[in-house]
Amino acid sequence: MDAIAFASVSKTFPMNAQRLLARGYLSRFLKRGEKQRFVALRNITFQIPPGQTVGVVGSNGAGKSTLLSLVAGLCPPDEGTVTVHGRVAPLLQLGAGFHPDLTGAENLQLNAALLGFSATKTAESYERIVEFAGIGPFIDQPLRTYSSGMSMRLAFSIAIHVEPDILIIDEVLAVGDQAFQAKCMDKILEFKEQGKTLLFVSHSTGAVQKLCERALWLDHGALLMDGEAAEVAAAYEGGARVKCMP
Amino acid sequence: MWKGDYFFLLRSLILKDFRTRYRNMSLGILWSLVNPLVMMGVMTFVFTKIYPLSASQNYPVFVLCGLVPFNFFSLAWANGTTSIIDNAQLIKRLPVPRETLPISSVLGNAVHLAIQVALLLVAALVLGAGINRYWLWLPLLWACELIFVLGCALLCSALDVYVRDMRYVVESACLVLFWLVPIFYDISRVRPQFADIYQFNPIAALVLALRNIILEGKAPRAILLSKLFFVSFFMLGLGWVVFRRLNRRFYDYL
Repeated sequence: MDAIAFASVSKTFPMNAQRLLARGYLSRFLKRGEKQRFVALRNITFQIPPGQTVGVVGSNGAGKSTLLSLVAGLCPPDEGTVTVHGRVAPLLQLGAGFHPDLTGAENLQLNAALLGFSATKTAESYERIVEFAGIGPFIDQPLRTYSSGMSMRLAFSIAIHVEPDILIIDEVLAVGDQAFQAKCMDKILEFKEQGKTLLFVSHSTGAVQKLCERALWLDHGALLMDGEAAEVAAAYEGGARVKCMP
Repeated sequence: MWKGDYFFLLRSLILKDFRTRYRNMSLGILWSLVNPLVMMGVMTFVFTKIYPLSASQNYPVFVLCGLVPFNFFSLAWANGTTSIIDNAQLIKRLPVPRETLPISSVLGNAVHLAIQVALLLVAALVLGAGINRYWLWLPLLWACELIFVLGCALLCSALDVYVRDMRYVVESACLVLFWLVPIFYDISRVRPQFADIYQFNPIAALVLALRNIILEGKAPRAILLSKLFFVSFFMLGLGWVVFRRLNRRFYDYL
């Protein structure tokens, strides 16, 4: 059974956010216009077996984040089906759900709850999470006193300790320092060995090649290429260069 | 989708509300006592010394019976309505069950309600209204209000995502309701044909039932209670259905 399966998935967003206002209704009625929608993903099909690490590359607005949102179950697709098996821990943004006025420990508890941890599990894992994040006595300070690297470390540490089957990482790793990045890499490799799935978005083809065995290249909502990470990375870099030429 | 500890999540969200709201205040949660006490004092002064309005012997308790349920209703409704928009970041990034946001917002406010209810009961005892066996009805009445407000919050928080004017609609509605709920005046001043309509407003019904119990020491009429139950549960059902339906498109509109 695949960990993640997309079958002819399309996702569109409403272009004109005002169309629900009274004004929007009126003008639509008068113009009898059709609804304008922005196509973020177009007819995407792929399967990811458990234990695979997959990178997603593409330029801004290619649909990478939309793809991750669909996997995380944040929104339903317009067409096609998205099937996901297992617990998903999405790290889509640095410290989503963190509150600057709460201390690290309080944010830890809140975030663990948001990710679906129980009270006892959170208490059990508390030491390990703090230890891995390596923020020491800062754990009792409000989060606003943290550097962005520190809050990222805390967020990452929580996400990997909630024992997800699928970890989704969107760029956030870039914030940590070298030592922590190395620690993350180790943890991710350990993850891989446990047969868990990783979905990784990055602009850096280097990181994708280092971490992933397979890569997807998205361009303007279409799946342009799906193959071995090194091949896709090379093609993507080549393609990007071609576009830049006059 | 989200398989987790629902109650731990609700508890954590309520705690977050509390901690962020009161961390930097000296009086902290005592503020929820200050507001009704001040209002009680001012209204008692105005409506006994300037415009003698009520036949009630015990005007401070009389007005508190109106203020306590109304305060909770207006605050919890307003906070609940904006809870989805206020947590847009969270909804766009984490697959949490979204109904927990308006629910935790209302439950967080219910803690203030509990404090104010205690104030009301203490005031009733101190000012000589006396305890009676009908007080056993009180938990049920507060439960009804909670259910009603949960319904309102679910409904309006979902609508607020699509129609951002919702929060102003709610604010204005609260202002209007302050006058249309018999908070500082007696329902006996309202003509009978209007009074029947009044009772379909659960907040008004609650105020009337509270006065029956606390001030008059008699059981509220069955018809009044049944209207209160019916409207409260209807509201919760409506809010739940609408929320479930609109929930699917939250991501697109946030």
